[in-house]
Order: sequence, then structure tokens, then C-alpha cells
Amino acid sequence: MDVKKELLEKIDEAITHYPESKRSATLPLLHLFQEEHGYINDETVEWIADKLGLEPINVLELVTFYPGFRQSAPGKFHIRVCRTLSCAMAGSEELMEALCEKAGIDRSGVSHHHPIAVGKDGKFSIEFAECLASCGTGPVCLVNDDFYEEITPMNAGKLLKKYN
Amino acid sequence: MADIKYRKGKTPHKREYRLIFRNIDREGWDPSLATYEADGGYQMAKKGLAMQPGEITDEVKASGLRGRGGAGFPTGVKWTFIPPHNTKPVYLICNCDESEPGTFKDRYIVHQDPHQLIEGMILSSYAVGAHVAYIYIREEFPEGARILETAIAEAREKSYLGKGIFGSDFDLEIYVHRGAGAYICGEETGLIESLEGKRPYPRIKPPYFPAALGLYMSPTIVNNVESLCHVKHILEMGGEAYARLGTPRNTGTRILCVSGDIKKPGYFEVEVGKVTLGELIYDICGGLKEGRKLKAVIPGGSSAKVLRADERFIINQGDEKVEIGVEDIPMDFDTLMACGSMAGSGGVIIMDDSRSMSWVLNNINHFYAHESCGQCTPCREGTLWMQKITDRITNGSASPEDVETLKSVADNIEGKTICAFGEAASWPVQSFIAKFHDELVADTDEANADSVVTPEGMLATADLK
Repeated sequence: MDVKKELLEKIDEAITHYPESKRSATLPLLHLFQEEHGYINDETVEWIADKLGLEPINVLELVTFYPGFRQSAPGKFHIRVCRTLSCAMAGSEELMEALCEKAGIDRSGVSHHHPIAVGKDGKFSIEFAECLASCGTGPVCLVNDDFYEEITPMNAGKLLKKYN
Repeated sequence: MADIKYRKGKTPHKREYRLIFRNIDREGWDPSLATYEADGGYQMAKKGLAMQPGEITDEVKASGLRGRGGAGFPTGVKWTFIPPHNTKPVYLICNCDESEPGTFKDRYIVHQDPHQLIEGMILSSYAVGAHVAYIYIREEFPEGARILETAIAEAREKSYLGKGIFGSDFDLEIYVHRGAGAYICGEETGLIESLEGKRPYPRIKPPYFPAALGLYMSPTIVNNVESLCHVKHILEMGGEAYARLGTPRNTGTRILCVSGDIKKPGYFEVEVGKVTLGELIYDICGGLKEGRKLKAVIPGGSSAKVLRADERFIINQGDEKVEIGVEDIPMDFDTLMACGSMAGSGGVIIMDDSRSMSWVLNNINHFYAHESCGQCTPCREGTLWMQKITDRITNGSASPEDVETLKSVADNIEGKTICAFGEAASWPVQSFIAKFHDELVADTDEANADSVVTPEGMLATADLK
């Protein structure tokens, strides 16, 4: 697998944060690769395992455990809508429906193991997230790394228009 | 505080006492080191490093500070659990996994005042003898992680971190470690496993008390973001003076986060126990929405047991026993515990009379079913059963017996798991059933009695794909 020089530098720097155990760098490395490729594939799992002197399963078991890692490509812009109590009370279900409608995303195939739905054109993908820790300004969502508060269903279209 | 101007519409309420949140929403404030230093930042760290580490711990003990993450355990006492003749490296971990539903305080510290946290961590690391410290930040704060990394780089540049900080012989490196979206990483031993690069399965205590056997089996102190920030203010004021804030055994200030059915939700830093729940709701947060009445309150994050608006409690006030209502409860650790709930992480969720308690409980059950790490069978299976039962109650396919089944599942999780997640998941269910039993039963239907599903039945018909 070809790993770009800049990414490799970041990886080697991240490993220095854990002088006691390289294994601790697994999560940071997974984040770096996911930022680069959008998701984690088998090749990446094997590369990280090799780099850190682990078995591939040691890496894969993290990918499958943590909701923050994806095993298939999301849209160009990935939306996470908070589903938990205060946001739900403020209307996050309705926000999810409005976002899906405006972005042309069908969530009917979503399940516990496949929480992400991707639009046909691949521009947007969406999933529910558990508490994003901004309960006083619900409903809230993340679009890639951008955080939005008090997004009403009526503003769903406006939010999506920011992304092209 | 008179000389501090806050941004328009963000002026603290007059009942607030801003210590940790002094700079939050402050006019002209930014997260840079220059701004922090111009305001007197890092002076305490410089002074602190001239003290003996044990003196710092003594001040923190004298302050009576109790952990602000959820359990309310005395911070200074926690520090003294490091074995006295320890020869291994000591680690300090800042728990910035802020993920208890209803809680949103650490977010503002990290995004707006990161150097306050770093200063608190320098002092705490020095006190416990740590030369490497980690900030475990939840993945859902990507910008927060970048802000912290920038702040650490700024501090390093000025030799406030690194080798021989502030010209002393004390070395300290702080690293940011991002989580990946799992609530269980807020549990300190789960967090440690995660930081070791493993699945965050909590460890059993004893023997794995982090202060003795923590990160890499070395002594490790895990403290919440807010708790670490308090350390700086305790040393500035002196432990005894700090202890005069708040109420006896419930000292200092804490940040209450209010959300749900309320006119003005938000964050409010108050002296612990000096504000009652009623004052918080009606004076500080402007009361309920027009025409609505209070129905229930979750006072300390979603795992805290729910309080019903018309409940009465007998509590000790001095030597006397007095009867109080929900709105009279002072927002401290001990009274909330005496009322059968907990102050937890300070996340207060308000529900008015328009809310269906079945719907609320179902939402909470979905959270815990999603977040159970799966290590202990009662929790892994039970949280999902509880979710399935409240799914049925909310979609009209439950029978009245389901409410009893729900309770029995919760009763069989509590106390039967390695970590406190089992309690966190079962307390909402047990308390909603105890206090809103009739409403939950009313949402079921006798007509569904034939389709009653027991846990055993559910297992037999489980989708084993």
C-alpha cells in the first residue's frame, strides 16, 4: 500500500506520543487513515498492524467496535445527527427526515451494523449519532468536522447548500 | 467579576459564581496563550512548581473538591491512592470524553479556554508526580482536539511544557488522544484500555484501581476536565477559602447544564448546594414553556434516577428531619443522593407535561443498548431487551405484563456487571417504572396479552443471523 510522505510523517510523529507502548497508537493511526481515505479497508488494517507489530485482528476489532470508524465509503460530506434525549426532545427525528428528503437519501436499509445511508450521487451520507454533548442547543449535527446547533427541519436545506 | 464584559446575550445570571467559566463567552476572549497570559494565566503554575507536590495535594484535600465527572469522589483523596513506595512511572489522564447525555460543560472549556485546562493539568501532574499526561477527548470534538493541540504547542514553545518547565527541574509532556465515539470510554478503566489501543472493556476493581494498576499497569490518576480546572483555582484561593464556597461536604462551584423543556436552556456555574432545583428552573432558566407544567427532572445526566414533580422527600437538615419537595432540593451531591438520585455530571434534563414517559424512557434505552460494550452478559443482553420492550410500549404492541418484565430485566443487570454502566442503564428503567408505572401500563394494551414476550421467549426467537 502506498502511503503518502506527509501521512507517514504524521504517523511516525503520533507513535512518539506513546513511549511505553506502540499499540496505543492504533486509534490515532486509524483516525489518520480515515481522514485520508474516508473509511478503513482491509489493506489499511494490515498496514497498521504491520507498522505497530500487531496482528491484524488487534486493529480490526477496534474498527468494528468503535462507532467512529467506517468500513465503507461515506458521502463526500458525512452528516451525524444527534439522536439522544435532549436533541430528540428538540426534534432530531424531524431534522433527520428533512435532511434525508433534501439530500435524496433513503434510510430504509439502515440497521445496527449498517448505520450509514449514502445518497445516490454520493455527495451526502447520514447517520444518527449518540449524544454530541451540546444538549442545550439541540437539535445538533456534525457535517464532516463542522458543528451546527439549533438546526430546525426548516433550515435543513440551507445547511446542505453550504456544501458543494 | 465586575470588570469582565461578556458577549451580547451571554452575561452570566446574577445567581452564578463564575470560576471555571469566568472566560466563557467573554468579550474579546480567544483560546490563545497570549490572551490567557495577559489575564494572569500560568502564574499559578509557576508558583505551584515552587511548592512541594504534597502541599498541592493537601490543598486539594482541604478544598473538599469532589470529582465533577459523575461519581463525586474527593479528588485529593483519589490522588493519595498512588502506592507510597511506587517506582513505576505515574500517568495523569484528563477525561474529556464528555458523553453523559445532558452534559455539555467540558465542550466550552476545551473550545474557549484550553490553557486553563493545561494549567490545571501541569499543577495536578506535578502533585501526583506524572511526567506524561494524556487528554482523552471524544472523537465528536474534532475542533476541540485541534484547539488543544495548538494550545499544547504554544505552551511547549514557551517551555511551559516539555523539559524543565518554567525553569524548574520538572518535565511534563501532554498529548491529545482522540476516542472514537464510544460512551464506555468515559468509564476510567475502559478509557485506559482504549488508550492502550484495545477495545474499551472496563477492568474489574479490585484489583485494577487505576491509582495502583492503571495505564500500562502503572499508577494512573484519571480526572474530569472540570475537576482539573478547579485545581488551579483551589491553589489560587487556598484550599480552606475554596471550601467556604458552596456548602459543607459539597464545596466549591460546579457547572450545571440544563436542557429539555425549558425556556432558557444553557450552562450555569453556581456554588454547590446554594441553588435549589426550583430556583434553577424558574429563576435562572426562566421557567417552563408557556402553559406547561413540570412533570419530571433527570438531575445528573441520563443515568441519574428520574424525579417526579410531585414527589416529597424527608432529608436531614442539621439535626432535624425536614420534608421537602422536588423544587426545594439544593443542587448538591448529598441531598440529591438522599432523594434517591444523584448529582452525577451536572446534566439536568427537564420534562414538562407534554412528554410521554414511555417515549423518554425508550430514547434512553436506545442509548444504553447502543453503548453497552458487550463484555458482561447481563448488560449486553439486558440493555437490548429493555430497548425492545420500550419499543413495543411506544409502538402499541406491548401487553401490561411487559412493564413487569422490563423491571425484572433491569433488576437483573444492576450490581451484576464489571463496571457501573450496568447501574447507569438500569436506574432510568427502575425509576421510570417506580414513578410513572401507571402511565407506562396505560401505554400498553390488554389486547396484546397473548403476544406477551418473556426474556426467555425473546432469546428463543432471537434473530441469530
